[in-house]
Amino acid sequence: MKKSISLVAATAGAALLVAAGCASTPAPAELDREAAAVMKASFRDQGIAKIDRLNQDLGQAACSSDKPPSEAVAQQVMDQARAAVKWPTGGQYIGDWKAGERLAQNGRGMTWTDTSVAPKDNGGSCYNCHQISKEEISYGTIGPSLYNYGKNRGVTDVTAPTAQPIIEYTWMKIWNGKTYNACSNMPRFGHMELLDEKQIANVMALLLDPKSPVNQ
Amino acid sequence: MTKQRFTLAAAVLALATTGAAWAQKSAADGIAEYRKMLEDGNPAELFEMKGQELWKQKRGPKNASLESCDLGKGPGVVKGAFVELPRYFADTQKVQDLETRLVSCMEMLQGFNAAEIAKTPFGRGEMANVTALATWIAAESRGMRFNLPQGHGEEQKSYEIGKRAFFYRGGPMDFSCASCHGVDGQRIRMQDLPNLTKNPGDGIGFAAWPAYRVSNGQMWSMQLRLNDCFRQQRFPYPGFGSEATVALGTYMGVNAKGAESIAPAIKR
Repeated sequence: MKKSISLVAATAGAALLVAAGCASTPAPAELDREAAAVMKASFRDQGIAKIDRLNQDLGQAACSSDKPPSEAVAQQVMDQARAAVKWPTGGQYIGDWKAGERLAQNGRGMTWTDTSVAPKDNGGSCYNCHQISKEEISYGTIGPSLYNYGKNRGVTDVTAPTAQPIIEYTWMKIWNGKTYNACSNMPRFGHMELLDEKQIANVMALLLDPKSPVNQ
Repeated sequence: MTKQRFTLAAAVLALATTGAAWAQKSAADGIAEYRKMLEDGNPAELFEMKGQELWKQKRGPKNASLESCDLGKGPGVVKGAFVELPRYFADTQKVQDLETRLVSCMEMLQGFNAAEIAKTPFGRGEMANVTALATWIAAESRGMRFNLPQGHGEEQKSYEIGKRAFFYRGGPMDFSCASCHGVDGQRIRMQDLPNLTKNPGDGIGFAAWPAYRVSNGQMWSMQLRLNDCFRQQRFPYPGFGSEATVALGTYMGVNAKGAESIAPAIKR
């Protein structure tokens, strides 16, 4: 009995919506579908920036609203990210901090006005969002300050076994920041082939090498 | 003009030489100061004048003016139109922003080919004229407050689609509009980023464009502003006047309700 009443109520509700016609906004799921179609129809290929860049993977889709994904989905995104991390060949985690600083300063790459998708033509764009060395005052604030990154974490010798956990964590974070935060704003530099292993090792050195200006 | 360039160069030089001695905020203050300094002679005025001429001039295959163009407040009403766009238009059965509406008027009244104009690069041919017209029409609403209509179902839908477009992550860097414009008080390098998910304040964000850009000497319309955002987002190329770009205008415009328009502004 109770069921049939709610059914009647639902039918009446639906009828009201129909009567309201174009004045009613479609249901959220319907709007999601329409918005996806609008996105596909609104963009075109230009140079290296092809329309397939709009195809979303699990994490991109899960983090595309003003609400965070469910805990289960967020966990799935992080699990997938961790499973796909590639560790450096021969354990070469730490490169040259000077080359790392140049990459951190360089915000170029991957736009439709760039001509190549090769990592060698990309920067790391680090200063766009992070404070890094004390000398560079033109830094962004979307990400946390990385000044004294290694020093604050007690790294005095990058070859010491005690430094290994923080080195591996940092590699993972740069390779794919979604390993620890499903909806991190940080690009997945290794996973999306924005930087190669050697470039990442150079950025690692900028953050962790005790001789880097970051750790003075 | 030459004098202005010189003042600008001096201001930039002053900023550069002061260097590290200046704290973060004072550098930002310096930029705001030189922007203020330039406001008296915003080169956008040249585009305003051109736009006003174009509005009255008989042009196109039909040799007609745009003076009976309906920008949403009735044929020929320009004042106040800008702060109520994008809105729904019954004749095109679409929600349109200022630029797409102008192109419709150029087609309907003057006989231009709208699809051809939409394909023209920014700054060239009839597209440059659309930008000049938009600059003048925006200037006619200077000091007025944004108040986009949301009564029509299509206007409400445009807002909802714009919101989804705003949060849509994609591309090799996983960026959405919200990556940079989703919270208060952040910046990229030294550039302050307005939070466009709410009213960001008078003359900020949606309430500042079209704007004259000092760094490249170009007049940028809202469509071009969005276009370059998507470029830096590492997205593919947004079509001029595409539904996603107009919907984003609706989203930002409705969020900016009550904000005072200072367009055409002057920008770095």
